[in-house]
Amino acid sequence: MSALNDLTAHELSELLGKREASAREVLEATCARIDEVEDNLAAYLLLTREEAERQASAVDERRARGEDLPALAGVPLALKDIFCTKGIETTCGSRILKGFVPPYDADVVERCRENGLVLVGKTNMDEFAMGSSTENSAFGVTHNPWDLERVPGGSSGGSAAAAAASSTIVALGTDTGGSIRQPASFCGVVGLKPTYGRISRYGVVAFASSLDQVGAITKDVRDCALMLNVLAGHDPRDSTSIAAPAPDYTRALVSELAGMRVGLVKEFMEYQGVGVDREVGAAVRGAVERFHELGAECGEVSLPHLNYSIPVYYLIAPAEASSNLARYDGVQYGYRTPEEGAADIIEMYRKTRDDGFGPEVKRRIMLGTYALSAGYYDAYYLKASQVRGLIRRDFDRAFEQYDILVGPTSPTVAFRLGEKTEDPIAMYLSDVCTIPVNMGGLPGMSLPCGFSPDGMPIGLQLVGRSLGEEALLRAAYAFEQTTDFHRRRAHSVRERNGRRCVVARASA
Amino acid sequence: MAKYRPNIGLEVHAELNTRTKVFCGCPTAVGAQPNTQVCPVCLGFPGVLPVLNRRVVEFALRAALAMNCEIVRPSIFERKGYYYPDLPKNFQISQKRAPLGRKGHLEVTVNGETKRVGIYDVHIEEDAAKLLHPEDDRGHSLVDFNRSGVPLLEIVSDPDMNSAAEAEAYMNAVRDMLLYLGISECRMEQGQLRFEASVSLRPEGESELGTRVEIKNLNSFRAVIGAVGYEIWRQSQALDSGEELVQETRLWDDERGATEPMRTKETAMDYRYFPEPDLTPLEVDDEWIGRIRAELPELAEARRRRLTEQHGLSDYDAGILTGDKVLADLFKATAAEGAPAKAAANWLTGEFLRLLKEGGLAAEQTRLEPKGLAELIGLVEKGAINAPAAKQVFGKLFERGGSPSEIVKELGLAQISDEGEIAGVVDGVIEEHPDAVENFHKGKEQALKFLVGQVMRKTRGRANPQLVNELLRKRIGGG
Ligand SMILES: [Zn+2]
Repeated sequence: MSALNDLTAHELSELLGKREASAREVLEATCARIDEVEDNLAAYLLLTREEAERQASAVDERRARGEDLPALAGVPLALKDIFCTKGIETTCGSRILKGFVPPYDADVVERCRENGLVLVGKTNMDEFAMGSSTENSAFGVTHNPWDLERVPGGSSGGSAAAAAASSTIVALGTDTGGSIRQPASFCGVVGLKPTYGRISRYGVVAFASSLDQVGAITKDVRDCALMLNVLAGHDPRDSTSIAAPAPDYTRALVSELAGMRVGLVKEFMEYQGVGVDREVGAAVRGAVERFHELGAECGEVSLPHLNYSIPVYYLIAPAEASSNLARYDGVQYGYRTPEEGAADIIEMYRKTRDDGFGPEVKRRIMLGTYALSAGYYDAYYLKASQVRGLIRRDFDRAFEQYDILVGPTSPTVAFRLGEKTEDPIAMYLSDVCTIPVNMGGLPGMSLPCGFSPDGMPIGLQLVGRSLGEEALLRAAYAFEQTTDFHRRRAHSVRERNGRRCVVARASA
Repeated sequence: MAKYRPNIGLEVHAELNTRTKVFCGCPTAVGAQPNTQVCPVCLGFPGVLPVLNRRVVEFALRAALAMNCEIVRPSIFERKGYYYPDLPKNFQISQKRAPLGRKGHLEVTVNGETKRVGIYDVHIEEDAAKLLHPEDDRGHSLVDFNRSGVPLLEIVSDPDMNSAAEAEAYMNAVRDMLLYLGISECRMEQGQLRFEASVSLRPEGESELGTRVEIKNLNSFRAVIGAVGYEIWRQSQALDSGEELVQETRLWDDERGATEPMRTKETAMDYRYFPEPDLTPLEVDDEWIGRIRAELPELAEARRRRLTEQHGLSDYDAGILTGDKVLADLFKATAAEGAPAKAAANWLTGEFLRLLKEGGLAAEQTRLEPKGLAELIGLVEKGAINAPAAKQVFGKLFERGGSPSEIVKELGLAQISDEGEIAGVVDGVIEEHPDAVENFHKGKEQALKFLVGQVMRKTRGRANPQLVNELLRKRIGGG
């Protein structure tokens, strides 16, 4: 019998429901794993153990009283540190928000609390979600549980690493250009970024408002559907929230794909003439083969404007970020430069922001400020918005022919720590397949579809129509049923600082 | 003298009097303790999002339609970025490229002539917090966020005004409109109405506008008129001496009564406007526009014209009556109760305003009711009371309302119109003043007035003066 924390949420839900395990026991197992691996993984910025114990006990007491509990009551949850949590420090991976304790919960945090999920901690991330490796965090680097010398991806790297290492059961992330899907791919777990507006952004520290979306990172597809049931729905506090009611996503989980049309996107397989890594390409083509066997009609499709996604993204996202991050000025909350060093308010602003933001955040604020400046707006921001429209049109056309589009989540498997930190463009390119999906506001999902020869997971990306989460879940579930990738657990054993570390064990 | 023709444009910022703020549910009431009407949204905390108050749109639509604007559909909110401690997000949500309304006009009256001022655009934005600079402190300022997020309507005129007087008439028209529409309290001392002006001069006969100077820090009509007048003078002087004017923003110094340079075009602010991604484009449908248009009250200017043309009031009276919405409504209702327009206007522009001024009151603070005033006017017309008595009754109506006829009874003010009763008094007066009678016979009309006065004194002002006149003449045999 494997440890409780190695199980999935739906497996635990069953055990808890049958009272074969208690929420306290599940939490204890999870905390034990955290104690075991955290020194080497560094997935968490903050552990909320006391509060977690209270929540788990409350769930157990309610169950003992015979109350009818939500499906995921008692399941441990890790939150990316971008979600505002009432009374719990929220830093967004930035020095500038060090010490900021929000007086409110994000909408999704409220939903998780109402559903009885047990918050075990806040996870590491690239500062303000800007990055693809979690190396841009102000509070240290998170490691990939499959290979501690590699990055977990980013920006939701802490959440993905924790889920993969079973130091949580489920996790929340945010995805602006791939920040859920790419780390899910690098860590061999499932990540879903739903349609823009399907999940409320209220209380989510904003990076690029027109692209940011919340989603879950889980160990398998069923858990992903269960989490979407918790998270999705209308929120009047978010004007971009979709009013349409959310369905029961678990109903989409069927094991055949008869009649589904699946299109492999040419531009996902190569960018500007350079193909994705050989083993990644092979795994994705293998997955398409599998879809065919499951009854889907498969073909290839070209979306030519996807080639402009990276430049368009690096105009729109920094522009919005430069404005969203303007509020971090040291006046009301978070970090403020020592008073004696600043003669007046302007100097206080400058020094606070200079000390408080890391280099990647500064780079993007400068990019965005430039793109919005008088005389450049039309050439940059406006032009980028127009090209964004063309990218959407490409998707619309492709969805006339296909129900879902597929490709790799990232052109490579997880790269080595430090490999790309000196080359921002190389880092940006690891999101080349995920960024277009945010441009279109469409649902996108990553799930494991194989392993590289050196044992690193490979992610398959599925993209759906607007509000087409059910088609994604159906395809993902049917595919997952034919593989055992989701049952493999990270098992790196490394010597670090003279200490032997078992990151995780196989549970299958 | 008038070698140059000024062109003046005005931006009016008016706080709308919705109950709650424009992007959150906090109250807008003034006078609360600092930072008690705030929430994470209007404090600009991380992760919070704006939600548009529909009532603000409703109010702004009223103004846009009243100023004959075309409604932009969809209208877009944008972020205007600049760093200042009164702006918690360091950007202000405003509108620029697609404002709610544009291409409208407002008619104003200057020296009896009607002039049309173009409205360039009308848009919605959020107010900033209030900065307090306590004297005692170590150079620190305090921020009161109660005002942060209070809805503002910005009305931008075309540079169509050619004198300070026209600018004043325009400001009056805008304020009247806001009051008539019931969408702003327009209390200038509370900063509910703020202005920015632009002034440019061009040689008489030239069609191209001259170099434009913007003036900020204008918090009253007086400041605008002063600043505009000063700028016209300063720019004329400069042009006369062959100086080149620079496009710049200047600050009005109320105490010195002068403008001073703030920044030039080269150092102009770049606000980096871009569409607010947290708000969806604002779609206003035909039905909404139709409903608001149908509910629009008659505006001051239209009412003023109707008063002069239909009711035969003077421009002066009509101007005063329509200058205050409460006054105008009182007049309208009094006339509707059947009172003759002229008499109603006389009471309201005369005694009513005098009493307001005396008591330092606003029109809505009195108890005068249209029905009471109409009845009072009726009593005077019937000759039931005379003018001094009517003034006394009016004073009571002003103070506590009620029925004029009862007040007349209570104060014993009923006019004596009984011929027999008056005749007795008249006879007595004639007997007592034979010299006056003699003077009258010598042709001195003045003497008759004296005798009338004596009768009035004896009746404590209650005798019907017309009857007294008649009886006196009959008795002493004049005219
Ligand atoms: Zn508020």
